[in-house]
Amino acid sequence: MNDLLSQLRLVGDWLTSSKQWHGDEGIPHRLLEHLTYSGLSLLFAALIGLTFGLLVGHTGRGAFAVASVANLARAIPTFGLVVLVVTLAGLSTTPVLIALVALAVPPILINTFEGVRGVDPDTRDAARGVGMTGWEVLVRVEVPMALPLILLGLRVAAIQVVATATVAAYPGLGGLGRFIVDGLSRNDYELVIGGSTVVVVLALVVQIVFTALRRFIVSPGLRVSAAKP
Amino acid sequence: MIRFDAVSKNYPNGTTAVDDLSLELAEGGITVLVGPSGCGKTTTLRMINRMVEPTAGTVSLRGQDIREIHAPELRRGIGYVIQHAGLFPHRTILDNIATVPLLLGWSRKKARARAAELLELVGLPAEMAKRYPNQLSGGQQQRVGVARALGADPPVLLMDEPFSAVDPIVRAELQAEFIRLQKELHKTIVFVTHDIDEAIKLGDNIAVFRTGGKLAQFDTPERLLADPADEFVAGFVGQDRGIRRLSFVKAADVPLRDGPVLPATSPVAPARAVDEPWVLVVDDGRRPLGWAAVAELPESGTLADAPLAPLGHTFSLVGDSARAALDSALLSPSRLAVGVDAEGAVIGVADAYELSAVTAAADVAGAPAGDEVGAEGPAGGER
Repeated sequence: MNDLLSQLRLVGDWLTSSKQWHGDEGIPHRLLEHLTYSGLSLLFAALIGLTFGLLVGHTGRGAFAVASVANLARAIPTFGLVVLVVTLAGLSTTPVLIALVALAVPPILINTFEGVRGVDPDTRDAARGVGMTGWEVLVRVEVPMALPLILLGLRVAAIQVVATATVAAYPGLGGLGRFIVDGLSRNDYELVIGGSTVVVVLALVVQIVFTALRRFIVSPGLRVSAAKP
Repeated sequence: MIRFDAVSKNYPNGTTAVDDLSLELAEGGITVLVGPSGCGKTTTLRMINRMVEPTAGTVSLRGQDIREIHAPELRRGIGYVIQHAGLFPHRTILDNIATVPLLLGWSRKKARARAAELLELVGLPAEMAKRYPNQLSGGQQQRVGVARALGADPPVLLMDEPFSAVDPIVRAELQAEFIRLQKELHKTIVFVTHDIDEAIKLGDNIAVFRTGGKLAQFDTPERLLADPADEFVAGFVGQDRGIRRLSFVKAADVPLRDGPVLPATSPVAPARAVDEPWVLVVDDGRRPLGWAAVAELPESGTLADAPLAPLGHTFSLVGDSARAALDSALLSPSRLAVGVDAEGAVIGVADAYELSAVTAAADVAGAPAGDEVGAEGPAGGER
């Protein structure tokens, strides 16, 4: 208990010290770097995952390939990939982004695909039968109905990316990982715990953002608990 | 209106869903496609809006080969209702109904106004407009499905077993509503069902399919019951088609006789003198109260004091069919059916034997009696 309290005090001291809030080594700057890596990776991953997930879910072709690719990608160690790409391509943001994209694509791809494929065949039949084109079926029926799962995929990916973007610090780049990596090498645990706390808070914020998003953009008709009249 | 010319549908795995079908469906009527499962009735229906493309032959709509019309465009002009309604769960009831108008590019306001009209037309309260499909019962969802199909007021409506997923009471309700709607709208309707009773109840014409996608008979319900083309059809329409035919004879055509009818105010004596086992006791408006057994009448007093056996039910000469009359005879303690007018006053009575004369009359007037295949004994059909 004393341990926990003293650690909390450490974090508190670290967070409130004024040097954390100014300059290149401060939290705002590191947070911005972190968010840039995470945001870019998530954007690319969403482009890839959504495109293929929607395409394969809609046409029903290539379902096996999607599952295989996604499982394969899950098996790749993020850290290993960063090291590999840095070795091959030199020190830049690219390897970090590639690694994070590879991490984020599978949950987005799988959930989007499952969401679209899971649309009730009767509903899809009705959509075609009332005269929707393939594109209209996708945009007006399949996507809105798959939205809860698509958002789930994006949320899982976003949280993983935000948490894992700390690896960017290993090859000497910025982001919140700097606090942790630097703290570890200097045996400065105040720095490690403080940095970790910021990462955890950021992940929680992402979670909250997606929960709010779900409430606003998912149709109330898709909520399971809708009351019977 | 809708024409099939030598249409077949074969699948690569060798099954034949529809085999060389030629059929012409009249404008403004309900054609029911009926048959056992795997007979190709749904495939036939789905070839009309190009949800299934035939492997051979031509389907035409108002003289135009439907392959010449872009499929989504064709479908927007044809109402489509399916078994589980297939509503869009993420859209409100109003927006579900507005689907086709919105696809056709109507303004949102105009489409919603049209949808509100349709909601009322199918008998749903306006406050349902803002609900979502999962808040409605199966029967209500099916009504919304019909409303959605009527969205752009299409001349043709395709209905694929629309009422088979709801319970019998709701089904009867939906069928009655459907008949009422059709009287108002005069659409050309193609209706698929596996239920011959539903087919006879709703169809102006019935196409009976047999397994393997062959058309077995295309006829009016009356003719189908009176003169099935072969043993398969006879078996499919069922052993009781003789009784079912009575559905097509108006009760007004039933021969009635005056019978032993006495008012409740009458003294017992004249009733005791009647040469029949039962007398029908009526009130001062000649509305039937019940049957009194002559043998059990009291010695004196009026018929109001006599113990009355319940009527079973009466039949109305204005709305009912001869089938209702026969049922009334079978349920009556006196074995006499009681025919009443619109006010419920007794017109006359008839027993089951007397009632059976109407089918003989129908045979002479309408259908040629011919050789009634399978009229006796099992015909080896589906049932």
